[in-house]
Amino acid sequence: MGIDIRLPLGGLFLLLGAILLVYGALSDPSLYQQSLGINVNLYWGVVLLAFGALMFALSRRGARAQVRAESTPPSPRSLGR
Amino acid sequence: MTGIDWLILGLYFAFVLGIGVALKGSMKTSTDFFLAGRAIPAWVAGLAFMSANLGAQEVIGMGASGAKYGIATSHFYWIGAIPAMVFVGLFMMPFYYGSRARSVPEYLRLRFDEKTRGLNAISFAIMTIFSSGISMYAIAKLIQTLHVFDGVFQRLGLNSSWIFDFAILISAIVVLVYTFLGGLSSAIYNEVLQFFLIVAGFLPLSYLGLKNVGGWSGLKATLGPSYTHSWAGLSHANTNRLGVEWFGLVMGLGFVLSFGYWCTDFLVIQRAMAAKSMSAARRTPLIGAFPKMLFPFLVILPGLIAIALPTQPAVPPHARVVVSAEPPGKGIIPMKVDPSSGKPMLDKDGKPQLDYDLAVPSMLLHYFPPGMLGLGLTALLASFMSGMAGNVTAFNTVWTYDIYQSYIRPGATDEHYLWMGRVATVFGIAFSIAAAYMANRFNNIMDMLQLVFAFVNAPLFATFLLGMFWKRTTGHAAFTGLLAGTAAAAIHHGLTLPVGAIAGIKGGWLAVTHIYPSEMAQNFWTAIYAWSTCFVVTILVSLITRAPDEGKLVGLVYSLTPKPEEEAMAWYARPVSLAIMVIAGTVLLNIIFW
Repeated sequence: MGIDIRLPLGGLFLLLGAILLVYGALSDPSLYQQSLGINVNLYWGVVLLAFGALMFALSRRGARAQVRAESTPPSPRSLGR
Repeated sequence: MTGIDWLILGLYFAFVLGIGVALKGSMKTSTDFFLAGRAIPAWVAGLAFMSANLGAQEVIGMGASGAKYGIATSHFYWIGAIPAMVFVGLFMMPFYYGSRARSVPEYLRLRFDEKTRGLNAISFAIMTIFSSGISMYAIAKLIQTLHVFDGVFQRLGLNSSWIFDFAILISAIVVLVYTFLGGLSSAIYNEVLQFFLIVAGFLPLSYLGLKNVGGWSGLKATLGPSYTHSWAGLSHANTNRLGVEWFGLVMGLGFVLSFGYWCTDFLVIQRAMAAKSMSAARRTPLIGAFPKMLFPFLVILPGLIAIALPTQPAVPPHARVVVSAEPPGKGIIPMKVDPSSGKPMLDKDGKPQLDYDLAVPSMLLHYFPPGMLGLGLTALLASFMSGMAGNVTAFNTVWTYDIYQSYIRPGATDEHYLWMGRVATVFGIAFSIAAAYMANRFNNIMDMLQLVFAFVNAPLFATFLLGMFWKRTTGHAAFTGLLAGTAAAAIHHGLTLPVGAIAGIKGGWLAVTHIYPSEMAQNFWTAIYAWSTCFVVTILVSLITRAPDEGKLVGLVYSLTPKPEEEAMAWYARPVSLAIMVIAGTVLLNIIFW
């Protein structure tokens, strides 16, 4: 029932990652003095974007497995969701 | 906060509310609403199991304790959570899930009798309301202290004294909307989002902080051994920062309090009951134990770093958010300021007190530029709100199934109980708001209530342990045992006092017969006395009352229940394998940070 949590999770982190990445790329480098000269927005944005993409891909795969499982009964419940 | 931070916070709110709206359509029966249709996969339930507990008290409190007590705070995880999580998954879940009870109080009715259930249901319901209120109060207080909304309020020409009320209202409305629409599923899904947000917001914080102070070895050099060892010094209460000796710690925290919470508290058990199968339910606490084992590095470490940094006023260059212009405290932790006079608060020796609760927020402001700061604050707010939502969903279930359906209106349609669950969500939150204001106005009343809850909770695990593993335990015995345990806790508290405290709320209100080296030691020993009394009284009363009918106990008691069959699954995914891995990891961590 309901929705696959990986879908909103993927969506949220894709957007968060993208926002941080773009902001990190465009913002003034002097902003990063407090974070030890590391552009945390840029680097962490990339990580979050990758995580979001992974979750999104997993939810798509789960949805396809679900469709297959429903079209060929009887079968064990799919891994997803 | 700058525009980018607001954008991130807004995005999070949009997803939270969106999940509630998306789940609205699948809430067809009361089981959908209260138990997420018993369809949650193990990993989701596991993360929710852990995150439901990760509320305000946890994130802020553990950082504060890290700054105060050092790495020894990790005992609250490695001794105070992991063993109990493993135990509940391996040994207790077969009865909780297998009995098809819909709540922990309902299990007590199946196993014992109506009065034991009633006692547990009513005390639990009241407790969740207050916990959720305290969570709400903590959010509002933090928002006020960090001046998050001050800029907006100034621009709109509003009086900044309304910020507290506004913060309460906003958090209440958001939690109300998503739990009202999507019930437990919504709460669980948001707990999973919150889990990943906390990791996303706090991992870079620990990394930057640790890099700044020269790694773990740098931290050790700055702070000295008392902060950086968890077990060394525990042989005596006076040789460690906690002020507890190892026996009180292991028995009080590691056994009584920890098992009492993780194995009997419906707030967390509900997440496992919502799992889609017996094996998923058993794996739920075990999966939750893996991140739990590592969380000290996210929530305790920033506290240690905050105290280790060179003392300076924590005003970031882009100061829209200002912690405090008061004289510096220690590290980057500011001093506690009396809100009425604006002067630093002094302890009994005349030394200024540090506001440890600001350790983690100060760290966020210290290291994070705009962007990451938004993510960090969003993670904090998310953890507060889902802590609140966890209480609200546990409350509406216990209220509807164990109080309303049992005593007020039995035999109504399922549709009616679903409706009641939604109504309970609304008045549960309304009562929480009242509790939040009470916490703000009358700090003493809140302290007293929390004390009473501690008395009620302390003996609980003895009742469950005997109930599940000794078939002779009777209902009358469980009930008397619980009352006796609670009384023992109260009496012990009334007869003892932590060193340096004045008789009253801290104890000693009957007579002072023993002085403990710290409040923590007193708490642990109160729990030990309560548990032991409940254990002994329950056994004695069981022996003199009529034995329960064994036929009715199948599925509820260990010796009368067939062993759960292991589903065919990879060896590493089996509950026993997960348990071994998690215990091995915990032992290793204890050795590393000995």
